[in-house]
Amino acid sequence: MLANVIFWIAAVIAVAMAVTVVAAKRPMHAVVALVANFVMLGVLFLLLHAEFLAIIEVIVYAGAVVVLFLFVVALLLTGVSAPREDEGPKLLAQTPLAIILGAAILCLAGFAVAINLTLGPTPGVPEAFGSITLFGEELFTTYLLPFELTALVLLVAVIGVVFLARERH
Amino acid sequence: MTIPLVDFLGLSAILFAIGAVGVLVRKNPLIMFMSVEIMWNAVNLTFAAFARHWVNMAGHIFVFIVVTVAAAEVAIGLIIVVFVFRQRERLDVDELSSMKG
Amino acid sequence: MTYTILTLLLPAVGAVVAAVFGPQLSRRAISWVNVGTVGAAFVLSAVAFFQIGAMPAAGRQVDVGLFTWSALGSAPLHLGLLLDPISIIFMLIITGVGGLIHLYSVGYMARDDGYSRFFSYMNLFILAMLLLVMSDNFFGLLVGWAGVGLTSYLLIGFWYFKPSAVAAAKKAFVVNVVGDVGMTLAIFILFWNLGSVSYVGVFSHIASLPRGTIELVAFLLFVGAAAKSAQFPLHVWLPDAMEGPTPVSALIHAATMVTAGVYLIVRAFPIYNHAPVATAWIGGIAALTTFMAATIAIAQNDIKRILAYSTVSQLGYMFMAVSTASYAAGVFHFVTHAFFKALLFLAAGSVIHALADEQDIWQMGGLRRMLPITSLTFLAATLAISGVPLFSGFFSKDEILGNLLTQGHVLMWAVGTVTAGLTAYYMFRLYFVVFQGTYRGTAHPHESPRVMTIPLVVLGVLAVVGGYLALPGVYNLVDSWLAPALGRFGGSAVALAPNWGSMAVSVGLAGLGIGTAWVIYGRRAPASEPLSGPLFSFLQNKWYIDELGELIFVRPVLWLGRLMEAFDRGALDRLVTGIGEWVMAWGESLRPSETGFVRRYALSIILGAVALVAYLAIWG
Repeated sequence: MLANVIFWIAAVIAVAMAVTVVAAKRPMHAVVALVANFVMLGVLFLLLHAEFLAIIEVIVYAGAVVVLFLFVVALLLTGVSAPREDEGPKLLAQTPLAIILGAAILCLAGFAVAINLTLGPTPGVPEAFGSITLFGEELFTTYLLPFELTALVLLVAVIGVVFLARERH
Repeated sequence: MTIPLVDFLGLSAILFAIGAVGVLVRKNPLIMFMSVEIMWNAVNLTFAAFARHWVNMAGHIFVFIVVTVAAAEVAIGLIIVVFVFRQRERLDVDELSSMKG
Repeated sequence: MTYTILTLLLPAVGAVVAAVFGPQLSRRAISWVNVGTVGAAFVLSAVAFFQIGAMPAAGRQVDVGLFTWSALGSAPLHLGLLLDPISIIFMLIITGVGGLIHLYSVGYMARDDGYSRFFSYMNLFILAMLLLVMSDNFFGLLVGWAGVGLTSYLLIGFWYFKPSAVAAAKKAFVVNVVGDVGMTLAIFILFWNLGSVSYVGVFSHIASLPRGTIELVAFLLFVGAAAKSAQFPLHVWLPDAMEGPTPVSALIHAATMVTAGVYLIVRAFPIYNHAPVATAWIGGIAALTTFMAATIAIAQNDIKRILAYSTVSQLGYMFMAVSTASYAAGVFHFVTHAFFKALLFLAAGSVIHALADEQDIWQMGGLRRMLPITSLTFLAATLAISGVPLFSGFFSKDEILGNLLTQGHVLMWAVGTVTAGLTAYYMFRLYFVVFQGTYRGTAHPHESPRVMTIPLVVLGVLAVVGGYLALPGVYNLVDSWLAPALGRFGGSAVALAPNWGSMAVSVGLAGLGIGTAWVIYGRRAPASEPLSGPLFSFLQNKWYIDELGELIFVRPVLWLGRLMEAFDRGALDRLVTGIGEWVMAWGESLRPSETGFVRRYALSIILGAVALVAYLAIWG
């Protein structure tokens, strides 16, 4: 019962914040809304017995990625002004098409769920499900290779950043 | 009573659609980036929901990887955005049309 | 007798050395090398001559096997050299007269820039010609055949910066190719029917073929011979070939290459003994050629052209002889003709050289006093070619004419005899206009250097005494030398008795010719051509044969070529570029999708993804 209530509250706030991000005039507003969105998602993860994921969501996403965005928005692009939507080159029918696509996505999702999903009742879960122990077990045995590759991706990203941000004479 | 799966899927779809529309409609590169983040998060939600439904940790692993890659991508992407728009007047991706043709 | 391979190797080495090291070697070095190789080849040929001569008559053919060119299946191709009386005579003339001409060229080409190139080509020619006469099979013959054609082309067009020379070289080669086609077809037919190309293999079984096939082969071989030996109508290249340096004209277009056709027919006598129809045609064409060329020579004004047509005419005599199975007589005339014709050309070259490249006889005159040696040797050769008794030409030409009459070929005999008179006439016309009278030109003529006059003298002596190889009614060394070779494969070399009546008539007509020439050109010593009239200009224009050929052959081919070119450009090129342009048009039509706007691209990505998912969800 409580879970349902929390779910609905978190869901509404998440959607509202998402809309704010998309529609905000000033980037700073969008960043703040994004943080809120991420936190709500963390709550939702908790509702899904994905504790480790929730932690990660908050620490990595809300903690690091958003901070990066903040840096750029607040400090690095100070000389550049945000665009006005009615200025600049006009893309023909972009917005209407986008809205149509968004609606299409929603319809598809609903349709797919309605037609294809034979959902049984959600089973109960063992106590350890979603815990970091279980997660670690899976990660380092069955999914060892993807894990290593992910490390490689991060390495490449680090190298890329260092290179791109080097001092030029 | 546990929350039904469809609720999560529905929420996920709505978030994904919002993100998609955001990417297409906004001209500020930073906002576009954030919209993409929203899309990623929607997908993460789907994975976690199904992991819960089928009691399979694989979904969590996938979320983990998506988060990692998204983080790396944001890092690089933001640097590029900074470089490209440093000398410009306006944060408008539509002004970057030199690859036309 | 394997040392005879050296006769081929030495000129080959000479050609390569002159070609590769020519620019670095001194003129002296090249002279020594390239003249030396031919001289050494002559010595070797002489040794072979004595060695063959010492053998008993029946055994006088030695086959020096060289190598197996291909050992495929049913017909392995063994190549080798055949040393028999026929090939030895030709070898001696080729290397002997060739050597003298090489020596002469040292002086004649002394001031030319392409000195080493010249000698390289000349040695190459000797190599090819020797290969032609020494092979023991039709394949080697064909290789040599092609080789002399090539070197003839190279040497006619030696001064490649002269458009007329280049055109003449092309003309020679094109006409030659016509003959080559005939030759090759004949060899194909022989191989197809008899499974062999070696002389032994072919000649021993030739009688087993149906008559029609033999006639066809004989005719096709003659096509090749006619092209190479400038018989009607394939004679048109020889006068133009005078564009080449005079030693080239002497060696290739007088003494040796043009006689390759005669060699071919003599060598293939077993075939011709069984082909009466073909030999009749050969005789007819030869008679026509002899007469025609002589009439044209009467009206020419270029010293070399007169000699060129004279060569064509004399070759006709040789063909008339071999077409009536007087092979030995034909070979005899080949020998004497080599002597006096080479001499005539070399002497003419001496004149041209002395007059700074003047070739018009009406710009000459009175050279008897200024070029004594040249003049004397030229006179000796003129007497020889005119068939004046006791000179070499008399013996050989009269043997031919006598045999014709004795065998009953009255028409050929009549043509030949009349032509003998014409020959005497135009040759003495040439002599009187050039050497008699007073000098009409503007140069300062002086006698040529010794390196040029020595060959002249040697050839002069040979032109006089060369005829004593056969004394009618007494002995005939040529006949007896060739008899063992001509008697094989079912042939018979029966020497005919001399025909005194024919001899009397021909000597008489010769005298008439000389006398007429004396009256018109000698006594009165005109300063320009006194004769004229429609007949004269018909002769001067070479019976308009070249013009006819232009009309019948050249124009249609050019028209066809232009048609093809238009088709190629209009249709094929358009097709090819059209395809390219079509592809490019497609690319251009797709270009507008590259807007350069990121958001647009994102739109298309999402659109595609949605479409895909929709498809999978609804119909998947």
